[in-house]
Order: sequence, then structure tokens, then C-alpha cells
Amino acid sequence: MNGIHDMGGLHGFGPVVREENEPVFHSYWESRVFGITQVLDTKEIWNLDEHRHEIELMNPADYLTAGYYGRWLFAMERLLARKDILRAEEVQRRVDELSQGVQPLSPAASCARGWPLAPERRVRWGAWRHDQEVTPRFEVGERVRVRNIHPEGHTRVTAYARGKVGVVDRVNAEAWVFPDTRAHYRGENTQAVYGVRIVASELWGPQAEPNASVYIDLSEDHLEAVTE
Amino acid sequence: MTDMDTTSNQGKPWQAVRTEAVESLLVELGVIDSARVDEFVRHYEEKVGPKGGARVVARAWVDAHFKQRLLADGLAACAELGLGGPETEKLHVVENTPTVHNVVVCTLCSCYPWPILGLPPAWYKSSAYRSRMVREPRRLLAEMGLSLDPSVEIRVWDSVSEIRYLVLPERPAGTEGLSEEQLADLVTRDAMIGVAKVTA
Repeated sequence: MNGIHDMGGLHGFGPVVREENEPVFHSYWESRVFGITQVLDTKEIWNLDEHRHEIELMNPADYLTAGYYGRWLFAMERLLARKDILRAEEVQRRVDELSQGVQPLSPAASCARGWPLAPERRVRWGAWRHDQEVTPRFEVGERVRVRNIHPEGHTRVTAYARGKVGVVDRVNAEAWVFPDTRAHYRGENTQAVYGVRIVASELWGPQAEPNASVYIDLSEDHLEAVTE
Repeated sequence: MTDMDTTSNQGKPWQAVRTEAVESLLVELGVIDSARVDEFVRHYEEKVGPKGGARVVARAWVDAHFKQRLLADGLAACAELGLGGPETEKLHVVENTPTVHNVVVCTLCSCYPWPILGLPPAWYKSSAYRSRMVREPRRLLAEMGLSLDPSVEIRVWDSVSEIRYLVLPERPAGTEGLSEEQLADLVTRDAMIGVAKVTA
């Protein structure tokens, strides 16, 4: 989807500010969101690609202000609700009670829910590639065009590269899962991933810096042959 | 501050409350165990970090055969030093030279080689870094304190797939007498992302 998450090339975000002696986590809640997500990632509830897509579905204004782990918190709540494991209203009630110092807290509703997971609802979180080779369509040195596509769902083809021509720099011929379809449970569609070198002038025209290139890893389905 | 996501969110206690609400409910329902959450947090706070990557770089500087293996298969070479983990499927190590400078970004989220460098710093995840590094790398690097000669070719690696990147910085001059351990102490996280050079 064409969302605010796809930031390559945007103007207006100001300088990059580096923090001296930055801690791994800036606050306790950030460390909890990180750790809870890591644990949930092992529970076969969701896959990585749908987690990323859930973040992309945030309201753009919220995306920009929530911070990195705020986005993770959003995705966690939304996915748990989608999977019927934790309902939005029971989270809100707990939030309200904690905010008001209510004691004792109301227990989670004793209703039917999607936990424990039924066997047919278990999914693998990661395993982005399988230990097998695929036959790649393109080879190192070949010119390729990034497909000009604008899918409404999850995609890893960056907007700034679409329609641009580059040269295959590396072929990763392992069977990589195609995130664009796995995010929506439309199959793994394993395929090669290519490191494609696109020179800055092709990407940015007259505003490009000289003597620079961007190398982007793209799935085979994101590329097409250049015929001329 | 114009870039709100470069910094932490200490001013938003509502996120702390929401997190506590979700965690407590998940624990009560038996979905998660808070001790496991603690373990993950401790692992990334204490056990992995840029020191791991620094050991890899120092080894590559002193051992040409290791460097060859590292450039051919980054994960396998890192595993020789006990580094790795399930979060990274493939690691490409890109080498800086006097004529080529490499720098890593992920414009779509903030992909980063966790098992080798730990969790990324906030600036790497910031909108400013993600938006600008692909479009104006030379200018942004200069702003960040790394001015490159115009003759140096810049390669920006936008790691939007599941292949992760580590920059192998140039070994600084005048370090011939240093041990591998002393060399590792010189290597910074920023140099392995590609926004700084290693200095002696």
C-alpha cells in the first residue's frame, strides 16, 4: 500500500538527531512491548508480514507520532483483536481501571476466544526462505525494471523505485517467501530475491547526487525484463 | 524537535498504561509468561549489541581468510565467532575501500542485523534517516560528520527484504601494532551501519 511507512525520498523530516550513550530501551513500557512481541512471535498467532502490514494500516498521523514501539503496541493490540484473542473493549476496560487505580481489576471476560489456538489457525511467524534453490529468471548484470505497481495490500516494493531501471547486482536464489502474498494468507509464492543497483540519477533525476547508487532487494515478482 | 519519532516517548504515559493492560491480560489468559518477556528484554539489553559486530570486523582485519569467508557468507562467518540467531536469514557484508563507501538503511520499517549489532538506535529508525539516506546520502553523511571526497562512490543498501547488511569499515592507519581485541574496541556501531569511519 502507498502509505506513510514508505518513506524513501520524502522531504521535510529535518536533521537526523543522534543521542549520546543511548540506552537499548528508552522506557520500561518500550522494553515490555518489545519483549511481549518477541514472545507472541513464538506463539504461532501471526506471521511477520502481517505484523508489518498491521503497522502500515495505522492512521498516518499516529504512525508519525507513536514512535517505533508505539507502532508495535498498536499492531499487537490490533492483531490480538483480529485473531479474537484479546478484545479491544476488554483492553480498554483494563486501561481505564489501571488509569483510575481501580482495585481489584476486573478479570478477563470468561467468553469463548481464539486462545488456545486451534491447530488449523497456527501459522509460522518467520522462515522467510526454505532450504531449496529456485531457478532465477534474471542474472547478474542484467538490466531490469522495477514494476510500476500500486497494490492496496502489503508490499515490499518501495515507491521511489517503481518504474525505475537498474542492474542485477546479486541473485539470492534461495526460495524466499513473497511477503506481499503471505501477509494476506494468499500463499508463500517462494521466489528469488535480487539485489538491484539503481543509479541515483535514475531515481532522483536532476536532484540526484553524483557518484551514488541505491541497492534494493526485490522479489522476482517485483521486476520485469527490459526489452529495448 | 520536528522529528518526533527520533526520540523516546516518555511524555506519553498512556502507552505505558496500555502496555501494562495488554501484558496483564495476556498473562491472566495464559498466552504469555512475563518471565519469558524478561528474558527477551535482558537478552537484547545485555547479551547482544555492537560489540559482537566489532569482533567480526576486527577478525576480518587481521585474518584475510576469515574476511574472504565473511564476504562470501556473512552468517556462516559470524557463527564462527558464536554470533547469530533466528532473526536473520542471510547477511551480506559490504566492504568499504578508499574508493567505495557503503551505508545501510531500511526505508520501509527499520530492518537491521539484530544478532550481529543488537537493536538499532533511535536515529536509524527515524523518519529523517529513512527518508533521506536513499535520496541524499552524501549530504546526510556530511551532516552526520562524515564528509566523503566527491571521487568516493556511495552505495546505499536499502534492506527492505530479509537479507541483512553489515558494513566492513576500513581499518584505520597506524593500527598495525594493535591486537585483535584492541582493534575491536575501535569499531563503532555507526561505522558498521556506514555513517562513520573507524578512527584510531
